[in-house]
Amino acid sequence: MTAAALAAPSPLALRLRDALAVTLLGGLLALPFIGLVTVEEGGALAVRTRWSAWAMTLAAIFFGRLALRAALDAWHTRRPARKRAAFSSTDAVLRRAAGTSLLAAALLLPVFFGDNRYVIDTATTLGIYVMLGWGLNVVVGLAGLLDLGYVAFYAVGAYTYALLSTQFGWSFWEALPAAGALAALFGILLGYPVLRLRGDYLAIVTLGFGEIIRVVLLNWTSFSGGPNGIGGIPRPSFFGLPFARSAEGQTFHEFFGLEFSPMHRLIFLYYLIVTLALLTHALVSRLRVLPTGRAWEALREDEIACKSLGINTTTVKLSAFATGAMLAGFAGVFFAARQGFISPESFTFAESATILAIVVLGGMGSQLGVVLAAAVLVVLPEVGRQFADYRMLVFGAAMVTIMAVRPMGLLARREPTVRLNPARSSAP
Amino acid sequence: MLELQHVSAHYGPIQALAEVDLVVRAGEIVTLIGANGAGKSTLMTTLFGTPRASSGRILLEGEDITALPPHRIARRGMALVPEGRRVFAKMSVYENLLLGATPLDGAHVEENLRRVFSLFPVLETRRAQRAGTLSGGEQQMLAIGRALMSEPRLLLLDEPSLGLAPLVIRTIFRTIVALNREHGLTILLVEQNARQALKIAHRGYVLQNGRIVLEGSGAALLADPQVRAAYLDAAS
Ligand SMILES: Nc1ncnc2c1ncn2[C@@H]1O[C@H](COP(=O)(O)OP(=O)(O)O)[C@@H](O)[C@H]1O
Ligand SMILES: [Mg+2]
Repeated sequence: MTAAALAAPSPLALRLRDALAVTLLGGLLALPFIGLVTVEEGGALAVRTRWSAWAMTLAAIFFGRLALRAALDAWHTRRPARKRAAFSSTDAVLRRAAGTSLLAAALLLPVFFGDNRYVIDTATTLGIYVMLGWGLNVVVGLAGLLDLGYVAFYAVGAYTYALLSTQFGWSFWEALPAAGALAALFGILLGYPVLRLRGDYLAIVTLGFGEIIRVVLLNWTSFSGGPNGIGGIPRPSFFGLPFARSAEGQTFHEFFGLEFSPMHRLIFLYYLIVTLALLTHALVSRLRVLPTGRAWEALREDEIACKSLGINTTTVKLSAFATGAMLAGFAGVFFAARQGFISPESFTFAESATILAIVVLGGMGSQLGVVLAAAVLVVLPEVGRQFADYRMLVFGAAMVTIMAVRPMGLLARREPTVRLNPARSSAP
Repeated sequence: MLELQHVSAHYGPIQALAEVDLVVRAGEIVTLIGANGAGKSTLMTTLFGTPRASSGRILLEGEDITALPPHRIARRGMALVPEGRRVFAKMSVYENLLLGATPLDGAHVEENLRRVFSLFPVLETRRAQRAGTLSGGEQQMLAIGRALMSEPRLLLLDEPSLGLAPLVIRTIFRTIVALNREHGLTILLVEQNARQALKIAHRGYVLQNGRIVLEGSGAALLADPQVRAAYLDAAS
């Protein structure tokens, strides 16, 4: 046995050391949260210590960490990291099958749950997040530019529609391209100053940009209604037929000879977001196989190599920001039309963080992964509602589990943009 | 073909190139040798505008390219195989090659692919594979192939032998010679592997602390006692 092998600590020692480190950190954090408690004493607040509770927490952290480590190690040895070199075709088949079934499920959902307002509403929300996830995926997943202020473009889209419709009477379909264009413009506006930034710096500036937009909307009361937001935003109509019990002209249910139901509008909204999301998907998939999209990915992989290959990194970055922003703008229009009321509260950093979490959990750059991650992030809190107080705990645990078990995201494997036909490889 | 006139370059306050004069004539293999940190890579990337030359002029086929943006320079028939290969690891061999064709805006892709595949048959068999999973030698071939996709007349190679096994290095050097002799490519080759580089080069330059300290034909430099002492005896 060599000296190196002798000197290497055993797995048990490593695990003990790891557990001790985690316990130390946890203990520090738990000291104010658990070790100290405020009590009311004769009308004044006093601080008491709870050493026994703190000690129990430490013990729980220590043994919990040991168990977690053991479980994770067992998991990783049982399933050794498969390092397949070539893009596997079974993967592609599986993906296509999963994609097709998801699409079918999405299209058929109202057939089975058409009278369930809760399901349709949740599914519509899911649709928005899928669309936002696909949009941000262009910036973060494909181009590798960390954007923490993505919600700003969503806000631009929403406020564009809200203002154009309430002030100037624009319809949903008229405002959609305008809002997309304006959001794209904001994307370029943000893109310019951050062209030379990468990583952490880029994250900070984009974070600030998102906050600036929100703070402006909050304080420019004459323009955006400030904290009161904008209400009375017209709902989209079915090719001019409003979803109302009665209206001046013909309504949707009159035209089709149906009995009035508030579900008609909700189902229409649902199909609308499914359509918008599918268009987004088609656009992004198409761009990926064009030089533009390929350049986004090359930029993520190696900016210096890009420069030496004559790729104009400026236009590549700006086009990624603009495309992502435009898609968020579209989603924002839909959001405003669906809610009928918007305020800056809907466009906080938490929203950006959620969308980013969807992209990262999905496995950066994977379109299908975004759907799965969005489903986890949107549906899980809903399911967790039954656990009321533990909802965020369950949510956090699920996030930690996913990142521990699949550190690269749910679907980390990148699909090639060019499929090669093996039969053709022998031809000249 | 390429001419540097008193070119200096800086990283902030640090001077990396000092008044470099260098000429590459059409059809030549010119090698640039020098110790680690001498400024060889800087010279290569300065040709592409990062960092920009702080003084002096760079002429490519008689035209001043000193102030052109990098993506314009690549459209003028000059391609760089960067130090450390820098292939796009998560993308397939095929996608890497397509990206190399960017300066041509997608023209002649099929022909150029065929040429690259005939030069490096291994790339054709591996074309659906992730570039990051190729061996070091294959990655170097891919990096060269990627550069060739833009139909350059002048090819810049920055330490193509870096970290490769001797057998693979021989293949790479043979390819460089073939590109020059058979395909008429003009080549500027940066190497630490001075002996082999000087053997295949028509002329060579020795860079030391950002300055050209010696120049001459490949054979003359190989025989030069100073060069032998500094770059050959220790290395071999
Ligand atoms: N990006 C950079 N920023 C600052 N200094 C750099 C950078 N790249 C290289 N240098 C410095 O410039 C000098 C020349 O480096 P380089 O051109 O890489 O040399 P070589 O390729 O000959 O090894 C070195 O002193 C190096 O430390
Ligand atoms: Mg170097």
